[in-house]
Amino acid sequence: MTRQITFSQAINEAMAVSMREDQDVILLGEDVAGGAAVDHLRDEEAWGGVMGVTKGLVQEFGRDRVIDTPIAEAGYVGAAVTAAATGMRPIAELMFNDFIGSCLDEVMNQGAKLRYMFGGKAKVPLTIRTMHGAGFRAAAQHSQSLYSFFTHIPGIKVVIPSTPYDAKGLLLQSIFDDDLVVFFEDKTLYTMKGEVPEGSYRIPFGKADIKRSGEDVTIVAIGKMVHTAMKAAGELSKNGVEAEIIDPRTLSPLDEDTILTSVEKTGRLVVVDEANPRCSAATDIAALVADKGFDYLDAPVKLVTAPHTPVPFAPSLEDIYLPTPEKIMKAVQEMTGSELVI
Amino acid sequence: MSQTQTNQAAVSKKEAEWMFQKMLEIRHFEDRVHEIFGTGILPGFVHLYAGEEAIAVGLCTHLNDQDYITSTHRGHGHCIAKGCDLDGMMAEIYGRATGLCKGKGGSMHIADVEKGMLGANGIVGGGFPLAVGAGLTHKLKKTGGVAVCFFGDGANNHGTFHEGINMAAIWKLPVIFVAENNGFAEATPFHYASSCKSIADRAIGYDIPGEKVDGKDVIAVREAAKRAVERARNGEGPTLIECVTYRNYGHFEGDAQTYKGEEKVKHLNDLDAIKKFYTYLTGQGIMTEEELDKMDEEVRSAVDRAVEFAEKSPHPLPEQLLEDVYVSYKTDGGAAS
Repeated sequence: MTRQITFSQAINEAMAVSMREDQDVILLGEDVAGGAAVDHLRDEEAWGGVMGVTKGLVQEFGRDRVIDTPIAEAGYVGAAVTAAATGMRPIAELMFNDFIGSCLDEVMNQGAKLRYMFGGKAKVPLTIRTMHGAGFRAAAQHSQSLYSFFTHIPGIKVVIPSTPYDAKGLLLQSIFDDDLVVFFEDKTLYTMKGEVPEGSYRIPFGKADIKRSGEDVTIVAIGKMVHTAMKAAGELSKNGVEAEIIDPRTLSPLDEDTILTSVEKTGRLVVVDEANPRCSAATDIAALVADKGFDYLDAPVKLVTAPHTPVPFAPSLEDIYLPTPEKIMKAVQEMTGSELVI
Repeated sequence: MSQTQTNQAAVSKKEAEWMFQKMLEIRHFEDRVHEIFGTGILPGFVHLYAGEEAIAVGLCTHLNDQDYITSTHRGHGHCIAKGCDLDGMMAEIYGRATGLCKGKGGSMHIADVEKGMLGANGIVGGGFPLAVGAGLTHKLKKTGGVAVCFFGDGANNHGTFHEGINMAAIWKLPVIFVAENNGFAEATPFHYASSCKSIADRAIGYDIPGEKVDGKDVIAVREAAKRAVERARNGEGPTLIECVTYRNYGHFEGDAQTYKGEEKVKHLNDLDAIKKFYTYLTGQGIMTEEELDKMDEEVRSAVDRAVEFAEKSPHPLPEQLLEDVYVSYKTDGGAAS
């Protein structure tokens, strides 16, 4: 039987593999080891991050390479930028992507622009790993999906895996990529299991993955929305509508060709994104198709996203905040005119 | 905190020549940029370092190419003291393809990583974490190198001051934090914006040495810097040095400087850093007036050549707009591809 591990283990394994391959790879962040300088604590008892994603790394690689930082995001994310520019290959963990407010300058004005401002005479091989996503009852400041922020800024690559296999291969590519990468980890996917090879493999950026083939409608879904869309596709299929599901995997660079080719085939596009809808990845992909694939369309593009609100705490509200299979099916029904049993 | 006066520590003739030359290069470079900016041909913003030469030079006399520095809006002086090429700098300020950053950075972003110059910076307070990162690389790679963070009195009230110095202190990183207190953050006086008598006093909050020196006295800066650099190279951690100074020009070129008072006259004359060092060198018999005056002429010519080089240099080609955004591919200018 092929090996099944969780999304969290796949990410952990990618870091371990990279740290074995290259001495310059270091990990820094808040409690990524855990309990630094606590005399009685043995490394095997250390936290390994608030979600345990980095557990065990300090045992193998030591505290010189798995570095607990103060709760000072501007300080350590900024330090990671120049550690990268001066010869290291750091992974900086920004615990929740919502904390970007505390270090946006270091990412946006320093890390992203350094190479361009220096006329190409420097590189920033830095990976910022960060948790995102609603559905964890974590409320407004720990649940956002802010990838469109980073996609907007030239100089940053943006990665959002949806499966354990993709998470490992994309994280290895991120770490060994010579540009600044922001790697998004959906906290609700950490426990998801999937087939993951041992050892090292890399998934190139800018190559979308067609998670399901179909002829009738193209659904571009980001991150865990891939799984929501897959559920919808299963139901749609029972009604004779075959959806093609595209997981872009990276928003910068974006695999425009795979999206356009699919829309050319199906004539219909739904974009499913759990982020807020204004100036978002969803509107960007809709604009791409309006600009370069308008003639392919048989119906207006539909967006299934969160509303333009913060993420609510109450479970009853958070459940209706997120896109659901039903909302996707309704969008498809509207554009196909088909009578679906929902 | 200790106060350091000019100390009679011997300066070799060779070091004196280097220091005086760099101070002159900064002064004449900045005076020329001021003059040229006045004609309206230079694009963008420039922030001139003239008046503060003793600080960059007093620090960088202890550094080599593997040591890093981070800088500020007012970065030309740091670049020159760290060994950046005058021609390439001037061309960068002109926005030409031959500039140190191919004309894509400009005055506020001049950099030369090969020389250890990690860039002037358009963000006040931007340098603290960046110096910490360069110091972290030195520590992890055991290079023996140091990182120097130059910052202004304005940045001393920025949040990154705290995050950066604290982090350098807990990890005992080889970083030297150098405050250039010229009395004004843009137009806002230091005493208004800072709840401390001295920036050096703030070192006590991080359990590191803090030292206040006359930033117009290159020998005093050199002595304080020597202690800090040695401490850093020995793995004993960071130091905070406050250099009290004055800028000869405005915050930016075009600033009417209405906030300055009578003190300006003294700073441009008796308190001038270059005059002070000239008097010291001749008084101590380290160099003669003839030698120093000859050097002055040579530096003026070098700056003239830099201006000529910049003015004759080509503008960047249109395709360079899309280059150097990423290492692995060129953007097509469209949707993130």
